[in-house]
Amino acid sequence: MSSAEIIRRCEALYEDLDFTAAREWKAAEPGRKVIGFMPIYVPREIIHAAGMLPLGIFGGGDQLEVIHGDAYYQSYICRIPRSTIELAITKRLDFVDGMLFPSICDVIRNLSGIFKMMFPEMYVRYFDVPQNYRDEIGGAYYVEELHELKRGLEALGGREITDEALRRSIALYNENRRLVRELYDLRAAEPWRVPTYEAYLLLRAGMVLPVEEHSEMLRAYMAAVREEERPMRDNVRIVLNGSFCEQPPLGLIKSIEMAGCYVVDDDYILVTRWLREDVPVEGDPIENLARAFLHHSVDTAAKYTEREEDKGRYLLEQIRRRGAEGVIFAAPSFCDPALLERPMLADRLKEHGVPYISFKYAENSGQMQPIREQAGTFADSIKLWGDTGS
Amino acid sequence: MSSDTTRIDGKPEVVKEPSMLKQKEMIARNYEALTSAPETGRKVVSTFVPGNLNELVMCFDMLNNLPEINAIQNGLRKKSGAMIMDAEKRGHSEDVCTYVKADIGMMGKGNIAPNGKPLPPPDLLLLSYTGCFTFMKWFELLRHEYKCPTVMLHIPYQGDGRITPEMVKYVVKQLREEVIPAMEKVSGVKFDIDRLREYLRESAKAEDNLVWVLESAKNRPSPIDAYFGGVYYIGPIFTAFRGTKDATEYYEMLRGEIEERLRKGQHPITPEGEMEEERYRLVVEGPPNWTNFREFWKIFYEEGAVVVASTYTKVGGVYDLGFRHDPDKPLESLAEYCLGCYTNRNLPQRVDMLVQYIEEYQADGLLINSIKSCNSFSAGQLMMMREVEKRTGKPAAFIETDLVDPRYFSYANVKNRLESYFQMIDQKRRAAGAAA
Repeated sequence: MSSAEIIRRCEALYEDLDFTAAREWKAAEPGRKVIGFMPIYVPREIIHAAGMLPLGIFGGGDQLEVIHGDAYYQSYICRIPRSTIELAITKRLDFVDGMLFPSICDVIRNLSGIFKMMFPEMYVRYFDVPQNYRDEIGGAYYVEELHELKRGLEALGGREITDEALRRSIALYNENRRLVRELYDLRAAEPWRVPTYEAYLLLRAGMVLPVEEHSEMLRAYMAAVREEERPMRDNVRIVLNGSFCEQPPLGLIKSIEMAGCYVVDDDYILVTRWLREDVPVEGDPIENLARAFLHHSVDTAAKYTEREEDKGRYLLEQIRRRGAEGVIFAAPSFCDPALLERPMLADRLKEHGVPYISFKYAENSGQMQPIREQAGTFADSIKLWGDTGS
Repeated sequence: MSSDTTRIDGKPEVVKEPSMLKQKEMIARNYEALTSAPETGRKVVSTFVPGNLNELVMCFDMLNNLPEINAIQNGLRKKSGAMIMDAEKRGHSEDVCTYVKADIGMMGKGNIAPNGKPLPPPDLLLLSYTGCFTFMKWFELLRHEYKCPTVMLHIPYQGDGRITPEMVKYVVKQLREEVIPAMEKVSGVKFDIDRLREYLRESAKAEDNLVWVLESAKNRPSPIDAYFGGVYYIGPIFTAFRGTKDATEYYEMLRGEIEERLRKGQHPITPEGEMEEERYRLVVEGPPNWTNFREFWKIFYEEGAVVVASTYTKVGGVYDLGFRHDPDKPLESLAEYCLGCYTNRNLPQRVDMLVQYIEEYQADGLLINSIKSCNSFSAGQLMMMREVEKRTGKPAAFIETDLVDPRYFSYANVKNRLESYFQMIDQKRRAAGAAA
């Protein structure tokens, strides 16, 4: 299969706001259940081990007209909760048996309460994570949270989630994470071979497909692009930061590269890269998932940085490891975590002489020209005067 | 009971009751203690109102500085607008919490306290927060500026509407193994749990009287305004005084004054004297607007609208639902306090509270003041409004303002909306009368 065919399939999945693939998966066998989750991280392994499909709900994008959603959220607020409610009210999520709301911000937290009130029959859970990263403190609490989730899914599915099943699921997700890392490595090494919008669509496909199928897709895509000739452009290499929750429209993702910037690392769809190392398959699987979260998860604005000297370290590491020449801060409007984090990260970049630009978007932003011009000017300035000094 | 008469901003004379004067003196004394810390050598802890550990802070002879309160003070004094713009010029987004920007802007202007003297930089940032994610980033930003020690107390959210034993255990463990050692290190004072018990015992006394005061609004006419007046009543207990004898005395004095008002059948005191008539009884959800506080309040009392219960007065602790600090289980009690603050409760719990208030306080309806820059309070309030209307059959209204950014307070819009709302209540009453 050619990479174009694979990407066409991903695009169809991305555009399908009725989640037909997940509906078909559910209908294929009686008793199957689907658990929706919002960005940025939930332990999909536990859902998978329950025999259920974890389904990433990343808002409504730019194809969904929000009509009802505005009646639930006031004006000064990001768009993803509105479009998520719109998806639910228009019955696009009527096949979903449960929804998980990870600990991202106050908006998503409160959205969990709205779902509880709107859909009292649904399994709705705010998935809290520790902001304390010591095994005996935050770890102990998190292990209990994971057990609570496990118990909830067992009750919903009417069957026990065995350690053996969890280990199998961990192994499958380890493989999937390795493939995603490989995709990101390939893009960083030869960004002309893996355009970012293709990498992005591949990750989005992973939010609606079973993990086994998604891993196959990643393998097939990488095999295909390694064989194909693709033109190399004179683009600058940038890291994109701030887009971990509400996603930009595909047009914006494309525009950045078209403006002369190769994205060599980003924070799109973090759930696929949240754990930076394999989760051990030996031993207590829940403890293993907890430790991986505490010690090997990515750094993002939704997490507390314990030590001042670690602020921005992850971003600087991305820049160094990927050979980036600059940073684009792209955050959704009204996104408190990303926008509050930005000045601190910007200061770190200044200290290290890394150029950056900032802009905001919404998932339904339509005007790409200003962003393209800004990104283009940024790329030109790096080419003409660039010296990252990092 | 004696009273004092004062003129404020050239407005009509205001009666100041002894409790008001006492509170004023307490706040002034606290700011004096804070600004003179460099001379006295006392250590300063910056922390937040919801989930504050004032009793614990006092165990280490430290002083408690609250950035939200500073932002409110600057808002009330019309200084926050310029501070917010300064923070925005320094790269902070126009979209984010205006308390944060007012605080950062205040720093840029020398951190001048209301007594005209500079506040010292904190010796410790105690990131004890509840119900607001933004607080976490706020203190990261302050640490970024001050480069001072920071200790975090993570409070899990009541996503399922309950406090589990695991949550309490987690918070207590953090107190024992992270917070207390950090405070011992910064202050040089060894932790004494009996001292903490004493403070907690004192807190509970004040809490009993605060609840009595807030519940006095169940009477007709209500002797208090539980929102505009309420923000003064919660002042000492939500800030640097919970656990002190001063707070206990303040609440005893306040209760005495309200008892007297009740005996006389009096209405609430407003900045322009006593309200004359109680025409509307409202429950209010959401914080007030601080930059135009007086104008905002005036729209209410001119129409005879009294707020009989509010959720904002529960942001630093929900005592009327039964919680009391407990000297017999000191650390667990602090944990339960933090976990139980209003915005740490999930939306269905918040709706239950509003419905309960409307029924118990015989309110005519619900008003939501949705705050532009406070997602913790505001995200989802439209849904809450619909639920409350559905369950009580009482009319609700929704207005949008901001905490301390004057750019987001439109007097004409707010007044129009409120006037329409009062008309709606009148219509409902007429309809109910006709049906009867």
